[in-house]
Amino acid sequence: MFGRLTVEALIHDPIVTGAQVTMVLGALFVIGLLFYTKRWKWLWKEWLTSLDPKKIGVMYIIVALIMLIRGFADAGMMRLQQALAAGDAHGFLTSDHFQQIFTAHGTIMIFFVAMGLMFGLINLVIPLQIGSRDVAFPFLNSVSFWLFVAGMILVNLSLVLGEMAATGWLAYPPLSELAYSPGVGVDYWIWSIQIAGIGSLLSGVNFLVTIIKMRAPGMTLMKMPLFTWSVLNAMLLVIFAFPILTVTLALLALDRTMGMHFFTSTAGGNPMMYINLIWAWGHPEVYILVLPAFGIFSEVVSTFTGKRLFGYKSMVFALCAIAVLSYLVWLHHFFTMGAGGNVNAFFGIMTAVIAVPTGVKVFNWLFTMRRGRIHFTSPMIWFFGFVTTFTIGGATGVLLSVPAIDFQVHNSLFLVAHFHNMIIGGVVFGYFAGLTYWFPKIFGFKLNERLGKYGAYSWIIGFLFAFIPLYILGLMGATRRLDHYDASIGWQGLFVVAGIGVMIIGVGVLFQVLQLVVSIRDRKKNIDTTGDPWDGRTLEWSTASPAPHYNFTITPEITSRDAWWEQKHSKVTETPKYRDIYMPKNSGMGLFIAAFSFLGSFAVIWHIWWLVPISVLAVIALVIYRTTNDDSEYRISAAKLAKLEEREVGT
Amino acid sequence: MSQELAKQADDKTLFGFWVYILTDCVVFACLFATFAVLRFNTFGGPGAEELFSLPFVFVETMLLLTSSFVCGLAILAARAKNKKQTLILLAVTFVLGLAFVGMEISEFSNLVHEGNSWQRSAFLSSFFTLVGTHGLHITVGLVWILTMGWLIYRRGLERNIIRKLLLFSLFWHFLDIVWIFIFTIVYLLGATL
Repeated sequence: MFGRLTVEALIHDPIVTGAQVTMVLGALFVIGLLFYTKRWKWLWKEWLTSLDPKKIGVMYIIVALIMLIRGFADAGMMRLQQALAAGDAHGFLTSDHFQQIFTAHGTIMIFFVAMGLMFGLINLVIPLQIGSRDVAFPFLNSVSFWLFVAGMILVNLSLVLGEMAATGWLAYPPLSELAYSPGVGVDYWIWSIQIAGIGSLLSGVNFLVTIIKMRAPGMTLMKMPLFTWSVLNAMLLVIFAFPILTVTLALLALDRTMGMHFFTSTAGGNPMMYINLIWAWGHPEVYILVLPAFGIFSEVVSTFTGKRLFGYKSMVFALCAIAVLSYLVWLHHFFTMGAGGNVNAFFGIMTAVIAVPTGVKVFNWLFTMRRGRIHFTSPMIWFFGFVTTFTIGGATGVLLSVPAIDFQVHNSLFLVAHFHNMIIGGVVFGYFAGLTYWFPKIFGFKLNERLGKYGAYSWIIGFLFAFIPLYILGLMGATRRLDHYDASIGWQGLFVVAGIGVMIIGVGVLFQVLQLVVSIRDRKKNIDTTGDPWDGRTLEWSTASPAPHYNFTITPEITSRDAWWEQKHSKVTETPKYRDIYMPKNSGMGLFIAAFSFLGSFAVIWHIWWLVPISVLAVIALVIYRTTNDDSEYRISAAKLAKLEEREVGT
Repeated sequence: MSQELAKQADDKTLFGFWVYILTDCVVFACLFATFAVLRFNTFGGPGAEELFSLPFVFVETMLLLTSSFVCGLAILAARAKNKKQTLILLAVTFVLGLAFVGMEISEFSNLVHEGNSWQRSAFLSSFFTLVGTHGLHITVGLVWILTMGWLIYRRGLERNIIRKLLLFSLFWHFLDIVWIFIFTIVYLLGATL
């Protein structure tokens, strides 16, 4: 009846039990609070079934920030273990648990934090920035979000029921094959990111079409804001890369559940093919994450220096160049696998070449600031942190691109330090800057600046303390994923420094939580009545804060880059001509589709076979029901729109 | 809804569907690449030349090509607002597609009964997965034809319905093209080498 699922799946060692209890209590607390405040109906109508990209974006960001806490807790445990476990001391984690933790850390941080923050920000900003009322396919957007949530729940459920994979975040075979990982861990990993990944793929299609087809009249490609350009490139990467992930995961799942032999070490399987496939997705994925961060910094730097972005065209060109090149470098993740000298040389050179357009971008940001009036707001603090750390990370990346050097530091902490340098210094700092920058547009008030800066400084300093020691350790020969080392090697001091760094980052996270609490408390004081709190340049600042659910009462017409800046300074006032608009109705169908996808995946993980066809049929039925039902929009008449707008001006 | 808005909806839905087809192309590209890597990894089991019968696959191909042609005719009929003809042509498309899936299932079950299932070797794993994924797509298409038929029967040839029909035909022709590649790379190359 329940396949492999027995009561034993619930039983773990004390540390995991503690996490289990905390998670369950947390969930119960939220549910209790909803009953107590009688907010279920409100939650359902205003949020869960909403097709408004701004609300979906906020939900993405809430989920991602909660997952950030989870991933950060994993990081803290690893650092503590490595600071303690030298010589006779063996730390507080068993090897198996340690392996599950680093797998969960990587998986959660990439798929459920970075991707979540990225799609959250894209949802919030892109329709506003291109002068559109909505995304191209609002319902599909909700499906994407709920698939993301379903994947998130699966990966966290592995903590409560069963186990997480102990294979590392990309689950290389043959280790991840049934012969060596017979438990449910790898299956949890596969299905969690399979579902979330399909959600990302659908989002990629959605936002590509949104940007190509739904820009306001007059906004030609070369008049698009740079954030939009960066997202356009990132979405193109999503469209080409994520299907590869889908196939790769499906093949691994077929190996494990159907007894196939794609990547097994017997019957002619080829594990090296998995490594190739997964990185053919994995490397573009890095750029999918970092390109929008580049876009955010382009907006932030130009806004807070009050100048046009330096070298707009070269910025666009650099983005496109990076997007193309990102497909030609995947092999540098496994120079040591033995592809041969010539192949390694090609991929080494391509990898070094990709630093050129990235360098172009860094210089353009710096030149934008030159002779500008720089406002030292917290998004700018994130930018300064980004430029310094990202440049260090870029330099070590170029080092690693040389195959001969890569052979020396392959799989060492040097590599770990390098990619955290890119992901934290580039992606995370960028998204935090973006969150602070666009927060008033969504909620109508600014975040507390002082606490925001404290948070940013703590993150930057903590980051350097946590990861510079890892570079040194890597050069000293410390490999990644060690849960214990010999005391005589002399690594412990540096591991302790790295542990202190993580604590400083923890202080930064506390400041950020505090910032949010204080800002909500003082929201009246920091209210944004103008809709343009930073003296912005792009269209999102031309509408009210918080933006109405239809974004713009009148579709703007664009004549130049930095459209809102030009409009502000041209002093031409037109009498508004209102027209009827159509907005999508709420729908809970996306949530139901994701719920059945979740159920189906859960059934496959635990071999509960009777549940699988039921879930699949339910998903098919829901899709058919939704796609054959055309009554999905409602009209807001011109008169009503005028009234709404008057009320807006009135306040 | 006004004409202008309907046109916008047509425009972005069609473009979106083309992009979806692009992603599906990448899916099949990966499966073809996998097949190419593993096709000689028979692990002592039978290879392509011992397993495939070209006349059988030729009939399959003809069924699918004809159904694609009939699907094109159905679009023409729908454009001409001829409801009855559209429905009949869609029914023919459906029957031909169903026959194709039936032949594929019988081919698969024969292989399995002879002991050459997907568990036999990496080559057979990749064969079943590549061809099976295409078959799965065809099956999805068959369900789609049924819902389209029902919609046209109930609501006639409205603008949105013609749009949906157009998406279906794109999907169906795309699967046809994928099959041509499967026919060539899996069966023709397999049988002659």
